[in-house]
Amino acid sequence: MPTPHPSAQRANALRHLTTRLVTDLRGRENTYFLILAVLLLVAFPLFMDVFRLNLVGKYLTYAFVSLGLVLCWGYGGILSLGQGVFFGLGGYCMAMFLKLEASDPVSTSIQSTPGIPDFMDWNQLKALPLFWAPFRSFGFTLIAIAVVPAVLAALLGIPMFRRRVGGVYFAIITQAVASILAILIVGQQGYTGGINGITDLKTLHGWDIRTDSAKRILYYVNALLLLGGVGVGFSILRSKLGRLLVALRDREERVLFTGYDVASIKTFVFVLAAIYSAVGGAMFTLQVGFMSPSFVGIVPSIEMVIAAAVGGRGSLFGAIYGTLLVNFGKTYFSESFPELWLFVIGALFIAVVMLFPDGLAGIDLRGAILRLVLRVRGGRRPMAASAAPPAKGELSAEPAGSSGAGAVGT
Amino acid sequence: MHASLAIWIMQAFNGLSTFSVLLLMALGLAIIFGQMGVINMAHGEFLTIGAYTTYLLSHASEKWAPWLSKWYFLVAVVVAFSLAGFVGLLVEHLLIRRLYRRPLDTLLATWGLSLIMQQTFRSAFGAREVSATLPDWLMGSLKPTPAIDIPINGLFVMGLTMGLTALVFVLLFRTRIGVDVRATMQNRAMAGAAGINTGRIDRFTFAFGCGLAGIAGAAFTTIGSTGPTSGSLYIVDTFLVVVFGGAQSLLGTIASAFTIAQTQATTEFFMTGSMAKVLTLSAVILILMARPQGLFTLQLRR
Repeated sequence: MPTPHPSAQRANALRHLTTRLVTDLRGRENTYFLILAVLLLVAFPLFMDVFRLNLVGKYLTYAFVSLGLVLCWGYGGILSLGQGVFFGLGGYCMAMFLKLEASDPVSTSIQSTPGIPDFMDWNQLKALPLFWAPFRSFGFTLIAIAVVPAVLAALLGIPMFRRRVGGVYFAIITQAVASILAILIVGQQGYTGGINGITDLKTLHGWDIRTDSAKRILYYVNALLLLGGVGVGFSILRSKLGRLLVALRDREERVLFTGYDVASIKTFVFVLAAIYSAVGGAMFTLQVGFMSPSFVGIVPSIEMVIAAAVGGRGSLFGAIYGTLLVNFGKTYFSESFPELWLFVIGALFIAVVMLFPDGLAGIDLRGAILRLVLRVRGGRRPMAASAAPPAKGELSAEPAGSSGAGAVGT
Repeated sequence: MHASLAIWIMQAFNGLSTFSVLLLMALGLAIIFGQMGVINMAHGEFLTIGAYTTYLLSHASEKWAPWLSKWYFLVAVVVAFSLAGFVGLLVEHLLIRRLYRRPLDTLLATWGLSLIMQQTFRSAFGAREVSATLPDWLMGSLKPTPAIDIPINGLFVMGLTMGLTALVFVLLFRTRIGVDVRATMQNRAMAGAAGINTGRIDRFTFAFGCGLAGIAGAAFTTIGSTGPTSGSLYIVDTFLVVVFGGAQSLLGTIASAFTIAQTQATTEFFMTGSMAKVLTLSAVILILMARPQGLFTLQLRR
């Protein structure tokens, strides 16, 4: 009986190890998910007063954007510098509904035209603009929050992905869109509230969103939505679509020649990221009580990218922690050392790119240990170490290698 | 009839003035982004370096060398070019060089650099905008007829832009180093095999592009004031100009700057400045969606 060829033996052992690692990682993801859920739903509400909790809730609305960026940029390789656009659109949809409710004819009776939002009255508008009218309905508003950004993302994405515009050009064009929308909102004061945004939001169906108890409830709603977002993200990444995403990020031509519709996959993930951002924007408006163009333009959009990059562009969990960390840092520095903040965030941008392309999630102790074990076991066969999925030493040079989740995709 | 002609001439001048400003900004980027493919988000800050250099020199010459104050501006152009170019050299060596294969990461890293530079300007010169003292010969305006009023500083910027554009063309297409630069950008491996030191060419090209931004900054002090974030205000427009023109074509950059400037100036006549800008940029983006390669393309065998 012939003994198996040594290379076949090796391959067998490797396959065995890989299977074990993948099931292992899936278990690890569940544990991470549980940790995140406990942190958001139990630990934060328990140890923080309402003010701090509201602040965390605000940061977590940015985490929606980061989740979208992980899917779109980390996995799909599409860097959008215009996520603020979608965040803003979601936020403005919600703000328009709340503003209309706050501007009932009784409380605006001193205006020359009662019943329209105050900033319209200041800008000599005599009637509610047509596009505002449907936002009297909460159902319509909820649909609009998802549909308006999705349609814009599709309109932007389809022609560009069809023509295979990607990478840097896509980034620059989305950035220009962010710039345009911010200028438009600021310029059209009478219709949008201008630079101040839409302020003085009060109630949601008569429920006062400014009270402490409302803030607590909204925090929970936000946290649950975010956890749901993580769940949706993972189910996509674990599906065939997730694998295709990684494949087209790394070798677009091959996926194309295999017969997949690359443009549609890219559009899907870009639209998905837009919806994530929009949900974050809507929750922002609810929790913070206003929406303004300062969350739409170039600077906020790119800050959202850095938050995702710091956490790890290849990790859904990493993105959330990164967002929390960057925004805590921002608040802390702008309160204590305002002149230092730009240095810190600037250095972060450079350090993340040069030293930690995988962000926080890339700092992977377990991977390092596994690598060591494999090296010892593999003896004089460095091949084995570099072929096993968790040993991603050489992957880290790639634009978006990921730690746990990347291995799941294999 | 006569008045409408005057309005028409002034309008044309406004368009040309916007054109030269856009082109001046885009020239350096056309080299760095168009030729090298490096996304330098800190390009605007190199412009600011030039502007602050001019501001400092204008005050220094007022204080210590009044005889120079008439012509300090010409010195400032040279110093601005050298200083911005030198910083560019450093940045290329420390940062860009390591990221040539990762364009998206270059974008993020240079954005970080731009934030650091902005805060450095703010710490050094304060948050308030400053202005250089203009020499007499740059002030005032030409009045061929009573109805027409053409500012001299605008004319000066126009002349400078034309001169610089000509210089870039000569340098790229009529000199040995230009051949080396184009060879490196079009086929790096082959250029290296032919004995061109491609690393040195990268460094030189990047520094030269930054130097051009420095000159643009110096020129801007004649038409506006300078603040820590002055440069970054232009960055998106500038990138759009280069992309719209067709990234690898210098001629395309000129054509695109002209088109965008004329559209902007014309629409500004009919509506508010912000709406004109929204309209112009949206048009550019729509056209780019239909024709991603931009106005002009370079035929290259890859």
